[in-house]
Amino acid sequence: MSNLIILPIIFPFIIGAVLIFFSKSSRAQRIISGISALLMVGISAYLAVLAFQQDTVILESGDWVAPYGIILVLDNLAALMVLITSILAASCLFFAFGTISKKREKYYFYPFYFFLIVGVNGAFLTGDIFNLFVFFEVMLLASYVLIVNGGSKYQLRESFKYVILNIFGSALFIMAIAWIYSVTGTVNMAHLSERVAEINQPGIVTVIAVMFFIVFGAKGALFPLYFWLPKSYYGPPAALAALFGGLLTKVGIYAIIRMFTLVFYHEPLFTHKGIIVTAAGFTMLLGVLGAVSQFDFKRILSYHIISQVGYMVMGLGIFTPLAVAGAIYYIVHHMFVKTALFLLAGATEKITGTTDIKAMGGLIKSQPVLTWSFFIAAISLAGIPPLSGFFSKFPIILAGFQEGQWVISAVALLVGLLTLISMMKIFGYVFWGENKLTERQNNMSVTNLLIPIAPLVAFSIILGFAAEPIFTYSLHIAEQILEPSNYVNAVLKE
Amino acid sequence: MEILIIIVAGIMIGASVYLMLSKSLIRIIIGTGILSHGILLMLLTMGGLKRGGIPVLDDSVQQYSDPLPQAMLLTVIVITFALTAYMLVIAIRVYRELGTDNVEELKGVPREDD
Repeated sequence: MSNLIILPIIFPFIIGAVLIFFSKSSRAQRIISGISALLMVGISAYLAVLAFQQDTVILESGDWVAPYGIILVLDNLAALMVLITSILAASCLFFAFGTISKKREKYYFYPFYFFLIVGVNGAFLTGDIFNLFVFFEVMLLASYVLIVNGGSKYQLRESFKYVILNIFGSALFIMAIAWIYSVTGTVNMAHLSERVAEINQPGIVTVIAVMFFIVFGAKGALFPLYFWLPKSYYGPPAALAALFGGLLTKVGIYAIIRMFTLVFYHEPLFTHKGIIVTAAGFTMLLGVLGAVSQFDFKRILSYHIISQVGYMVMGLGIFTPLAVAGAIYYIVHHMFVKTALFLLAGATEKITGTTDIKAMGGLIKSQPVLTWSFFIAAISLAGIPPLSGFFSKFPIILAGFQEGQWVISAVALLVGLLTLISMMKIFGYVFWGENKLTERQNNMSVTNLLIPIAPLVAFSIILGFAAEPIFTYSLHIAEQILEPSNYVNAVLKE
Repeated sequence: MEILIIIVAGIMIGASVYLMLSKSLIRIIIGTGILSHGILLMLLTMGGLKRGGIPVLDDSVQQYSDPLPQAMLLTVIVITFALTAYMLVIAIRVYRELGTDNVEELKGVPREDD
């Protein structure tokens, strides 16, 4: 229907390939990558409007009709995710210009950065599970290289574990694809949805559903498969940690939402309200407990990723339009706020030269803009009313109470409180208190680093104050994805 | 035939899990290699192992074996090949920089180096 929707995949791919030739000149790399990151934002904004007007846009690659060829599907959810991805990518890229070392830059940092975007966008747009696997691998291979880029001892040690765990996860993904292929005889998602609905074999299909949940849960850092995340995300420089924290786990969550609304919705009492909600509860609680116990800026934020992933999955697990809309709103909010927080941690590290919050203090006097940006992002993360965090947690918890899921809703409320405590712990140690900085650190200016963060903090405020139109939009998305026949009919054209 | 191959694949995956839980880096990498073999065997078997011609178009052949799992298999083979090559390089770097191939010793205080 429209060839445009391949642009979020092909455009960064071409740019990444071109950048390989300029690896020696950091100036040329910065100009090319900067301009194309901004172009990406434009392209994906246009696609989001297109998806909003036409509901579902599909592209059959090579003119092979739906179940036989690979298709790309751009519905509202995918368009939204692609749009946020490109905004975050641009932000982190401009932040990287100011922070990343020449040595890292020379060894193909920017090409792999764009290949990572190729994988993420591809995973959002594809309509075929084997193709989803391939794009996962594109994304993961780029992330393996980026996470070890620089080659410090810490990075080598932790990225080896990251690579092994993800290879095992990918092997399970192949196994799950093999099983579902043997049961249904297809790998196209719309066709799968149709066949799983009419095959009427709940036993084996539920087993496969749980297998997919384990696979995507390992990518998305859900209980009990989250242990790799805090250490791996600690190693790479701040710009990358921010991009990973904002994007990579959310690809897993997106895949869970896609599979469990489109294909595996036959037995929601066991899969959604049983397994997913339980996993979400433990993820939220254990993630935030880890965060409360830490005294390191980046590590606290890494543990918070885990607990917030739990909220999104909880929204899916409750499985009403209100809850799923809340989960989508939460993903949007979380991606902006978490990236902003990681970048602010990076700016603080640039000033103080450490990430240990006990070694810092009194930044409020020399860095008022940084302090208040952090304050806004932190209370937004904890869910204080005028900001985005409140309006995304509120529908999820409200839907939890409406559906009688008392335990999980109580856990969600408690986790909000603990999030606030750990955020205020950072604020108290780093920004308040006696000034522990040297003269040179006091006079340091980080304005060039704060500019890329500003739009993200602004988005957090806008998402809070313009809650009504945005919530209407996410409710629209939720209703669209909770009615799989929309997707199936658009793809298979019946 | 399928049952036999599934048992073989199960043994391979079991062996790979055993190897991946061991302490030496190189044994872990061998484990991932065997794991991918087991998974690929499963993928092939799940498409069905019925008798048929090779999937190359030929007028005399009445029935072909399923071509789709074979295509998926080829993709997965090259991906796992790339991953194995990358992991071996990482293992060499880990050995050179940290001076050990024992995963028990790959822990400690963060950031003591840079």
